[in-house]
Amino acid sequence: MKLKANKKQSPIKNKAVKAIGNISRRSFFKYMGTGVATYIAWSDVFVASAIQANDKHSTFPDQELISSWIHISPTGDITVFTGKVEIGQNIRTSLSQVVAEELFVAPEAINMIMGDTALTPYDRGTYGSLTTLQISPILRMAAANLREILVEEAQKTWGIKSSSLTLSDGMVIDPSSNKRLAYGDLVKDKQLLRKVNKNVKTIAPEEWKVAGHSIPKINGRDFITGNHRYVSDMVLPGMVFGKVLRPPAYGAKLLFADTSEAEKIPGVNVVKEGDFIGVTAADTLTAAIALASIESSWDRSPPVQRSELFEHLVNTAAEKKVVSKGLVDAYDQGDVKLDKSFEVDYIAHVPLETRAGLASWENGYLEVWAGTQRPFGLHEDLQKTFDLPVDSIRVYVPDTGSGYGGKQTSEVGVEAARLAKHVGKPVKVCWTREEEFKWAYFRPAGVIQVRASLSDGEISSWEFHNFNSGSAGIDFPYKGGKKHLEFHRSSSPLRQGSYRALSSTANVFAMESIVNDLAISLGEDPLRFRLRNLENSRLKAVVKAAAQAFGWERQKSKDNIGYGMACGTVKGGYVATFVEVEVEKNSRKLIVREVVTAFECGVIINPRHLESQVIGCVLQGLGGALFEAVDFKDGNLTNASLASYRVPRFKDVPKMKVILLNRADLPSSGAGEAPIVCIAPALRNAIHDASGIKLYKLPMLPSGIVPDNA
Amino acid sequence: MKLRVNNKEYSVEVANNPSLLEVLRDKLDLTGTKYGCGEGACGACKVLVNGIPTPSCITPVTSVSGKKVITIEGLAENGELHPVQKVFLEEDVFQCSYCAPGMVITAAALLKKQPDASTQDLIDGLNGNICRCCTYPAIINALKKIIQKEGEQ
Ligand code: FES
Ligand code: FES
Repeated sequence: MKLKANKKQSPIKNKAVKAIGNISRRSFFKYMGTGVATYIAWSDVFVASAIQANDKHSTFPDQELISSWIHISPTGDITVFTGKVEIGQNIRTSLSQVVAEELFVAPEAINMIMGDTALTPYDRGTYGSLTTLQISPILRMAAANLREILVEEAQKTWGIKSSSLTLSDGMVIDPSSNKRLAYGDLVKDKQLLRKVNKNVKTIAPEEWKVAGHSIPKINGRDFITGNHRYVSDMVLPGMVFGKVLRPPAYGAKLLFADTSEAEKIPGVNVVKEGDFIGVTAADTLTAAIALASIESSWDRSPPVQRSELFEHLVNTAAEKKVVSKGLVDAYDQGDVKLDKSFEVDYIAHVPLETRAGLASWENGYLEVWAGTQRPFGLHEDLQKTFDLPVDSIRVYVPDTGSGYGGKQTSEVGVEAARLAKHVGKPVKVCWTREEEFKWAYFRPAGVIQVRASLSDGEISSWEFHNFNSGSAGIDFPYKGGKKHLEFHRSSSPLRQGSYRALSSTANVFAMESIVNDLAISLGEDPLRFRLRNLENSRLKAVVKAAAQAFGWERQKSKDNIGYGMACGTVKGGYVATFVEVEVEKNSRKLIVREVVTAFECGVIINPRHLESQVIGCVLQGLGGALFEAVDFKDGNLTNASLASYRVPRFKDVPKMKVILLNRADLPSSGAGEAPIVCIAPALRNAIHDASGIKLYKLPMLPSGIVPDNA
Repeated sequence: MKLRVNNKEYSVEVANNPSLLEVLRDKLDLTGTKYGCGEGACGACKVLVNGIPTPSCITPVTSVSGKKVITIEGLAENGELHPVQKVFLEEDVFQCSYCAPGMVITAAALLKKQPDASTQDLIDGLNGNICRCCTYPAIINALKKIIQKEGEQ
């Protein structure tokens, strides 16, 4: 029996070479065999786009190391190596498209090796909407350079200087003589590795034939037939299934455990290492039974309760900076003053594939397969945990069942490795849904306090404090008066981390609610007020496009119908969302009737997949806006299941329209985050329009019923 | 016990009364059927039991003895994809695709029973299946294409 995984996993012939994300130019061909390749160094990536200053994952690679490369083999195989991973954002397809475009081949001809620490160069992780922004342009550049080399080689072979050679379908062609040579033949017996020359011209987006078009998901058939192996599906010879003992509450410390009953079950192994207790068995059920038969007692410290959450976040925050006298005066002298506080609950990512890890040790070499957004992050964790040299670990991330920012850590990979080390067999650990809810991490809860004023119809002051949820998206895109923007770190009672757009959702919710209320207090149309005060032309363009598609001026068919809008910008993406809601007369039930979103993130690489990301963001955002919230009591989650934690379903989907603005003159940014930020404030403003009720808390309506006083 | 899956006979151990999902995935290596919740709330694990879409996570394997089980691996006939698989591929509906097997199984059974299903029928019939990437609108549009084609013939 062999490893049951996916094809195309290991194209490298020489298995003995186990470079770890730091392939040097000298060792390159030992690694790759013959052929030609172009590579990009990390210094090029940093130039291609500025890295965010507050980026936490700060193991910066050596600038001269290779960041990505493309190789053509003597058999004509084109292979791209990048440490990014595919988690449903369909970058396997979009990156193939940009490379195929430059090399005049079909996108299926590109073999994309992703997220494998033994084969791909170091990468800090797939998050922050950085793939399209950083990797896509440099891969285009690397492919264009490769094209130049192929043309040069053809010129040399034919002894001509003609600059009129063309490329088509994997061949270089001389139109004057009709001679042609396949890429593979051109690179035979060569060992040519060239650093990307940035002066080589890439193909202009206006002329794109493969990129810029809706190419279907590249390995789509494997998924639709159930053949693709996610980590949770993978099988190794002799593999057993592992489970880990969890505390009954956050922060509980193990006092005592009796594992004797578990040990009696045939085929069960119990592993104890300090506070870590785990079991393995030949199948999931037996492992679960063994785990359940462990008696344990725990020391529990009194935790923060949900009812105290928001107070706790404000009370534990670092002290506020002094607000300037100018701002205080401007606020005091305003003719309209708003002073409001917003609350945002913790929410869970709920990736449909729960975390899974598979580990195997062979002669001190550790291989781990895990669904994580940071394969090299897991690699570092494994080095530390097992005190291993870098080159004796390989982490591999096959295409994974989504993450939404929730799979940046990979405890499960370490758990599988620990169990495998003890039992001397490959071990697979798949978290249950309950574990995924309880032991992953959440989008931070937060409190936002806003004080804003108008003077003579203009914004004269804007004071904005975010407690705990984060500083992303805190910038105020409107003109006007004095500003004070501040993020306060607090102590979070629950484990929190990254999430799609992170705090931008909370910040844009508060901001766009208050801006809307300011417009209304002036008796001015909220759309007009925004267009008059927005400073950024790209943001204005999406607002106008969405307003037009929605028909902002149209008559309402009933008086219990409301319209609402919001706009915002996150990481190079510009979004505006308009919604129509109805608040049912007697029941006061909220019906979301229509959602229109306009989005722009530079030049579009794959319109269909971009639309899909926008719809996914808006609908996922609708869950957090209306009903998703993590509930906890005594340090324990009380809704850690899909029956009790509600996520959007078919019945929650309103009529939807997406308008994509294509800016062929601008580089692409990612789209997996920005479109999420406007749905909550747009709904909130529409609910106000329909009912006169202003809401200040996310989720807004867990029960689906609009209160009649708030 | 004997188990009939995708027109093949298997003989499986049923000590501790495992679920059909556990047997399919852990014993028969039919991993196309996914785990999403273990409590019948997400549809990722659906298979056809005598043609009826059934959450295999809450179905004891002993309860399907003598019945015909079809999983995602067994839906294509003679290498030809099921029309629902085809239209999902053509319309390129999914993102991470983890929900895809359960969606395909549920939609295939639904359209067999109701070849002229309305949009509301589709929504009602699929509401037990979660797509966390929220590709819902694309799924409905794709299925409407099949229904339209059927209607035209
Ligand atoms: S895993 Fe069976 S319904 Fe969710
Ligand atoms: S496509 Fe990811 S869960 Fe449906």
